[in-house]
Amino acid sequence: MTYKISEGGFYGEYGGAYIPEMLWRNIEELRTRYMDIIQDESFQRRFYSLLKDFAGRPTPLYFASRLSAQYGARIYLKREDLCHTGAHKINNTIGQILLAQKLGKTRIIAETGAGQHGVATATVCALMGMPCTVYMGKTDVERQQPNVARMKLLGAEVIPVTSGNATLKDATNEALRHWIAHPLDTHYIIGSVVGPHPFPDMVARFQSVISAEIRQQLTEKEGNPYPDYVVACVGGGSNAAGAFYHFLDDEHVQLIGVEAAGKGLQSGHAAATLALGKPGVLHGCKTLVMQTADGQITEPYSVSAGLDYPGVGPLHAHLFATGRAKFMSATDEEALRAGLEVSRTEGIIPALETAHAFAILPKLNLSKDDVVVINLSGRGDKDLQAYNQLI
Amino acid sequence: MNRIDKLFQRREKNILSVFYTAGFPGLNDTVTIARHLEAAGADMIEIGIPFSDPIADGPVIQRSNNRAIANGMTLKLLLDQVKQIRQTVTMPLLLMGYLNPVLQYGVEKFFTDAAEAGADGLILPDLPPEEFELKYRKKAMQAGIHVVFLVTPSSADERIRLLDSLSGGFLYAVSLSGVTGTRTSFTTEQDEFLKRLQKLKLKNPVLAGFGISNSESFHAACRLANGAIVGSAFISLLENSHNLQAQIEGFIHNLRSLPVPEGK
Ligand SMILES: Cc1ncc(COP(=O)(O)O)c(C=O)c1O
Repeated sequence: MTYKISEGGFYGEYGGAYIPEMLWRNIEELRTRYMDIIQDESFQRRFYSLLKDFAGRPTPLYFASRLSAQYGARIYLKREDLCHTGAHKINNTIGQILLAQKLGKTRIIAETGAGQHGVATATVCALMGMPCTVYMGKTDVERQQPNVARMKLLGAEVIPVTSGNATLKDATNEALRHWIAHPLDTHYIIGSVVGPHPFPDMVARFQSVISAEIRQQLTEKEGNPYPDYVVACVGGGSNAAGAFYHFLDDEHVQLIGVEAAGKGLQSGHAAATLALGKPGVLHGCKTLVMQTADGQITEPYSVSAGLDYPGVGPLHAHLFATGRAKFMSATDEEALRAGLEVSRTEGIIPALETAHAFAILPKLNLSKDDVVVINLSGRGDKDLQAYNQLI
Repeated sequence: MNRIDKLFQRREKNILSVFYTAGFPGLNDTVTIARHLEAAGADMIEIGIPFSDPIADGPVIQRSNNRAIANGMTLKLLLDQVKQIRQTVTMPLLLMGYLNPVLQYGVEKFFTDAAEAGADGLILPDLPPEEFELKYRKKAMQAGIHVVFLVTPSSADERIRLLDSLSGGFLYAVSLSGVTGTRTSFTTEQDEFLKRLQKLKLKNPVLAGFGISNSESFHAACRLANGAIVGSAFISLLENSHNLQAQIEGFIHNLRSLPVPEGK
């Protein structure tokens, strides 16, 4: 069984590039050039030096002693929240902006849900002196104000999107429409392992630094690189893809993705695409999609804006289909409580997205020798309003 | 013989094809509009299958899609409406839409059912040509339905030849960079692109679409292509309609009449 992308851009039956002809040249350019560019030695040097000196990598792998005692296992936290801008998203935006420069692009566009990817994109655009436009659903603009302010401070233009339900799906539509109209000078920095090939593979490669570091750090701390579990939340699936990547072929490592169950998996207000979706095409890729019987995409719901997406990366659809990874879900309430618990037992306020990953700990039936790595994908400063309801 | 082929056999110039969204403005207007368009002198119709996330469309077509879905429009219902249209309407009819609703219906079943209902062609802009060739081309041929591909100014010549070889009936020239409904006048970019297509000596007739909104842009396109497709401008008219028949008649008449030369 392979979990790597095929020549044609598929993971099993998922992936591909289902795009209108207007995007063909851009996607074809990326497809034919991305591997050569990112494997080039000078690119690698530039990428890793920015990850180190600008983003602050490697991020610590922290042994969470009080959580470990509570759950009777050896729990480690991969501290992506300590990355510059407060989430794993910057790993991808550094990679993509360097790639955009190699392609000779002069403008950057991006979509964002929680605003973390928007901030990470605005940040690298400021770093490189490139103009940046971020599409963000109007609903998300309202519920993620601090990140909107950060993007503006960094010099980005934030365009509130009012079409559809005015959330992440609609912001992605609008970014794609803009790209169709500006194919020559613009690169679209997509924020997760979604979209037409080669985006899912490219973003996974940029994020794979997370699992490369975990292997090395676990070897130092536990004497071998293999945890029993790797746990990550899944929206589009980029932090999970990064945390799983270098363990995909180590079948004894259990990979667990956690989706957002919103008000309950069967409540009609959830964003758990793998649990609820059917095969379909969204934003240029074949994957599992939340939709009606007639093929209309349905609006997902989660308290967490970063998990509020009706599709999922094709890699995860494949891991789900093959059983290589197990996918669970957590409700709004479970996630909020887990976030509060981690704040008080470890002194770390996780992003609401990340809090979903912590929420499944009680369901894992851990034993005391189990080594668990939780990918702490981001910090929770942006979510204080939601957490405030609990205190 | 396929009605699209018959049309181009009969006439090679000034073909006017009109695009509109199924189930808009009212659920059953799909049928009425087709009848009025034929009576008013359109040559061909393309009926859009509504989709929640039309990434290649501007605000006008987005709105019509949302409204059609809210009206209860489905692909199954559309096929029933096509049958009704075919009771009186004889001009070529194509269905155009994004892949996902068609995938849920079943691509092969859709080819058969659409042909049976009376459609002559399909346009599925996000169906990759390679996948069409591999998986579906035979089925389309068996069903006797044409699948029309899009070409754009950013398509390389080699790519255009591939799309032309797979395309049936005609080739849809998206003659500018952008989503639907964003431009109003014919630009040099469009002019150059259509000239480039002429030089490639393609097997299919070419219809120009996107940004054709009035008699000036229609005739400009017709000078370099076999005809043109009007979409957003027509849907805008339907958005504010009070008398469909009279308005559609007026719209087609205006589009066909030669524009007044500048300065007169
Ligand atoms: C901290 C954090 N974690 C996770 C996600 C979800 O995205 P992905 O599944 O691509 O990691 C987001 C998205 O905004 C985020 O901000």
